[in-house]
Amino acid sequence: MATKLNAVDVLIVGLGWTGGIIAKELASTKLKIVALERGGPRDTNPDFIDPQIHDELRYAARHDLMQNVRRETITVRNSESQTALPMRQLGSFLPGQGVGGAGVHWNGVTWRWLEWDHQARTRTIDKYGEKIVPSDMHLQDWPITYDDLEPYYDKFEKTCGTSGKAGNINGRKIDGGNIFEGSRKDEYPNPPMIAAQSMVMFEKAARNLGYHPFPNPSSNASRDYINPDGVAFGQCHYCGFCERFGCEANAKASPHFTVIPLALENPNFELRTNSIVLKVNLDSTSKKAVSVTYLDARGREFEQPADLIILSAYALGNVNLLLHSGIGVPYDPATGKGVVGRNYAYQCGGGATAFFDKKTILNRFMGAGALGTCMDDFNGDNYDFEKAGYIGGGGISCSNSGARPIQSHPTPRGTPRWGSDWKKAVVDNYDHAASIGNQGAVMAYRQNYLSLDPTYTDVFGRPLMRMTFDFQDNEVKQMNGQADICVTIAKEMGATKLDRSIPPVPYSIVPYQSTHNTGGAVFGADPSTSVLNKYLQVWDVPNVFVTGACVFPQNAGKNPTGPVGALAYWAAEAIKNQYLKNPGPLVPS
Amino acid sequence: MSTREKSQGDVGRRDFLKLFGAAGAAASTLPLGGSASADEMVAATADTKHHRGTAATEPQAGGSGYEFFNVDESAFIEAAIDTLIPSDSTGPGAKELGVAIYIDRQMAGGYGKGDRLYRYARAGLSIADDAIGTDPNRHRRRQCLRAENPQEHFREPIGKRSRHGDDRPRWQEGRASNSANRNFFGLLLQLTIEGYFADPMYGGNKDGAAWKMIGFPGADAMYMDKIEPFRNKPYAADPKGIQDLI
Repeated sequence: MATKLNAVDVLIVGLGWTGGIIAKELASTKLKIVALERGGPRDTNPDFIDPQIHDELRYAARHDLMQNVRRETITVRNSESQTALPMRQLGSFLPGQGVGGAGVHWNGVTWRWLEWDHQARTRTIDKYGEKIVPSDMHLQDWPITYDDLEPYYDKFEKTCGTSGKAGNINGRKIDGGNIFEGSRKDEYPNPPMIAAQSMVMFEKAARNLGYHPFPNPSSNASRDYINPDGVAFGQCHYCGFCERFGCEANAKASPHFTVIPLALENPNFELRTNSIVLKVNLDSTSKKAVSVTYLDARGREFEQPADLIILSAYALGNVNLLLHSGIGVPYDPATGKGVVGRNYAYQCGGGATAFFDKKTILNRFMGAGALGTCMDDFNGDNYDFEKAGYIGGGGISCSNSGARPIQSHPTPRGTPRWGSDWKKAVVDNYDHAASIGNQGAVMAYRQNYLSLDPTYTDVFGRPLMRMTFDFQDNEVKQMNGQADICVTIAKEMGATKLDRSIPPVPYSIVPYQSTHNTGGAVFGADPSTSVLNKYLQVWDVPNVFVTGACVFPQNAGKNPTGPVGALAYWAAEAIKNQYLKNPGPLVPS
Repeated sequence: MSTREKSQGDVGRRDFLKLFGAAGAAASTLPLGGSASADEMVAATADTKHHRGTAATEPQAGGSGYEFFNVDESAFIEAAIDTLIPSDSTGPGAKELGVAIYIDRQMAGGYGKGDRLYRYARAGLSIADDAIGTDPNRHRRRQCLRAENPQEHFREPIGKRSRHGDDRPRWQEGRASNSANRNFFGLLLQLTIEGYFADPMYGGNKDGAAWKMIGFPGADAMYMDKIEPFRNKPYAADPKGIQDLI
């Protein structure tokens, strides 16, 4: 039986980037705020100190900082004709768990998505007509434009100390930056990182081919930095232990040392760790949330009433909670009706692995998570959809994020997987190979969605969430088309051997691909095709807001954390300046 | 590749196959005799010049001991990993770097016990038969590496000479007789590569020798003032493990 606790004003579920931003931004309201985090507390010292953090086995191979699927996981299938089976260990993606969430172990690549990404449907149809959109594709606009979000992108970059070079300030295109980006009001807060050898080669090759390479926007600080909140960052060590690891230098922006300590300074804020929320409880009208039910570390069940509830767990976790709580109508692909779970999307990959002669020394282990050179010539709508045969494209980049040898010992295709010949190939290629990679957009489709599984349960007895997903023709064409471009660049870089990737179809949950799960609780202008209005407020239950990558109507050819952070600032401002003054729907439905 | 390098490679491979034959023969007797010990395995291989001294192998046979594997299993694992990553002219082998101990410790600990595995299954099914992906048996970690008779994972004993008369080992992943065997192979190969390249504090990669072989400097990683000056230049540093730095 749940113990009912005293009511609070604001309840935050999940304390990563977005929960942390909202907790910090609402501190000035003097409201009583409680955050419930399913994982434990974490801090740079002692959790991420050097040298212990430089442990590939513990953090990269054994996922020490990530969700433990022994307790809760998902089931997966490629299509409705199949029976979904449980994901028994982490593979394709790595959700976070603990204070700071996945913001602790991300790479730090911090994009502003392209203008097209915010208005994908309108801009596509305006240019190519309705016929270019496949009938099963749920291509949707965001309810706000890039220009609406520009100040919030700026705010997030400054919070993170993002290092980069602007390519478009007030409409003026700047060579060396990303000339395809939307117009910015300001430069990045820090200059670009130091390019590694492979990036110098990539940049030269891309320029020779007429493309427009630029340094990745990186929230690995290129110099010591103090952000506008007064939080100090150290200069990045280029240690090469970044994604999947915490940062010993506080150089990689993370909520655990930026927004969360500021939230904790507020005497009206309380953080409860090891507290897992099982559901949001609604009143008899189902139009108002009254409380959440959660378990603490001892398994005791509590009911925490609150006036306003923010779901700021990982993208998949938020959709899971909505489904368990009966908030919003679950999506049914048979009728096309319902919205929760609709428009789940993911990320494409692929490209080329370029092998060089032994005179080319890359020192790949000198790296940083977001260290890379990218180009957007085939991303968003910067290329001809009709000619290419696909919508969405992707960023093409050469990254230098480290070369930890358990997971990075590239060998040419055809090399035996073991034995003396394998070992020789590992030695011959370890520091003479680079990946030219496509990070491709994935569109949303009628047949790709999230729902509850009829069979399997988590340790708490709740049904697991079920993922029905596969790459569709548009994405397969994209992966092939973009891989061909990567091959051209690899050749121009002087590769003596190269392997072109083959699209990984059908989608498999087993190998790691990307922790860029999007959709399932999208924001939009039409309640029949979105869960949330433009302020990330649930249409049906206005005292619940939902943040994170689950709000994107489709995925872009870019990492999601930039717009995830920007939208958290955008929603926090709407809550503070509009909702709290007059609680109720901020947009008429 | 120079002619000389190639020649050395060939010699190394032949020596390796001889060595492999000795170890494999010992292992292949296990199901019947059950008497070959890890000590004997080491004795059979200790005189080869390609093992970089016996210091690396002795602790496996005696000193540190096995927590998880019994005598027959450990002998099999040692022979198997010596095949997967042999000692040769390119560099050290998995066995001499302590990878058998690494695998033993992994199996004895949380990973082997499945402390991060989702473990519910439908009524009447084992979790192995009720999982996503093509290799559900990967999830039966302990059972997988703790088979009463590891030889049964393979149609033919390791090290048996090919019927075609060449020196190729018959023990190859593609010839494993069923999915359980292929999964056994997959898990063994994964653990072997992990142990070979993981921080030395986990029992394999003794003295960071696998890191040295490929040129990875290990845990001592601070390159902010090196990444630019060392562009396209060799960076030679003796690898350091975590325990070397604290």
